[in-house]
Amino acid sequence: MNWTWFHRLSAPKSFYEVSGRWLPWLTGLMLVLMLTGLLWALVFAPADYQQGNSFRIIYIHVPAAFLAQSVYLMLAVAGLVGVVWKIKLADVALQQAAPIGAWMCALALITGAIWGKPTWGTWWVWDARLTSMLILLFLYIGIIALGQAISNRESAARACAVLAIVGVVNLPIIKYSVEWWNTLHQPATFKLTEKPSMPAEMWWPLLILVLAFYCFFAVVLLMRMRLEILKREARTSWVQAALKTLVGNNA
Amino acid sequence: MNPARKKRLLIILLIVLGVGAAVGLALLALQQNINLFYTPTQIATGEAPKDTRIRAGGLVEKGSLVRDAQSLAVSFRVTDGLHSINIQYQGILPDLFREGQGIVALGRLRAPGLLIADEVLAKHDEQYMPPEVTKALEETGMLKHYEKKGATP
Repeated sequence: MNWTWFHRLSAPKSFYEVSGRWLPWLTGLMLVLMLTGLLWALVFAPADYQQGNSFRIIYIHVPAAFLAQSVYLMLAVAGLVGVVWKIKLADVALQQAAPIGAWMCALALITGAIWGKPTWGTWWVWDARLTSMLILLFLYIGIIALGQAISNRESAARACAVLAIVGVVNLPIIKYSVEWWNTLHQPATFKLTEKPSMPAEMWWPLLILVLAFYCFFAVVLLMRMRLEILKREARTSWVQAALKTLVGNNA
Repeated sequence: MNPARKKRLLIILLIVLGVGAAVGLALLALQQNINLFYTPTQIATGEAPKDTRIRAGGLVEKGSLVRDAQSLAVSFRVTDGLHSINIQYQGILPDLFREGQGIVALGRLRAPGLLIADEVLAKHDEQYMPPEVTKALEETGMLKHYEKKGATP
């Protein structure tokens, strides 16, 4: 397999240029998906026969939980690439994705608690799914804190990468917790491999919102990475030139 | 791949395998403690500890719910198909509580097969349905898992 395109893209300058071209398209796609999904989910989708309208929180909860886990997997892959192939862009991606993942994880936990109170009768139980998700949030916070505590860029990158890679062990635990143990949390409604346990008119908006959340993550990640690249490469001539055109356009 | 990269990749893989094995063994050892609740079968076979607060979970047996006319006291049977236990509780039941629904009750085992609960949580399953679909299922007699009475659309 030819990897030259990857190495070319991993150079900060070409990444900055290519991502600048993708960003408007991704933003447009995200807005379309998000608006369609939210409108469909909150207005047109039918209410649940047992929970009524309170089930609609699933349309935020499930995409946020999906993203919290996917972003963590991405952190680990970026960490692996950064440690093994010594690509600096991987560290930029890892550092910039971690706060987004942490917020998604917090969002999933909070929406879950809000849903749990009327449905289960409690905000929180220490069952395997909820606890492993809380550990994921702590892993995110640990990575963010570690990245900011070490002032040497290279040591910080390596420490964060190792923590991210080791923490991957938690992901299968989250996924299978509802099958391995007795938990209060129900098994997955939205599955990639099987028929979902939901009729199509409830399932389609969920799928659209999951895609919208992924697009949202991509847009925010690219924006954050571009800013970080400008900061880290501030002394290079191409950044100076890029800044000059940016300021020139606005003036 | 050059040797230096290969070595780094191997080290990382070994670390992940090591941590994975350690966590796996720890979880295996803690197996019983991670389960949120005991099933009626586990309680009947004596796996659940006596004289301490435990959680029992299962489906509420149809026709077993008895409400006290004077107070909030309720009693019902919880089953997992093989065994069942009696649960007595005083307080407000969650919205989703109904016969045929999965619940988790926290309390102490008093007599064999009797749990005095001080907290009852409803367990929701992964099925979501609009009310019209449920009605159609009821009419054709396809709805086996859900209790018809008390289901508020």
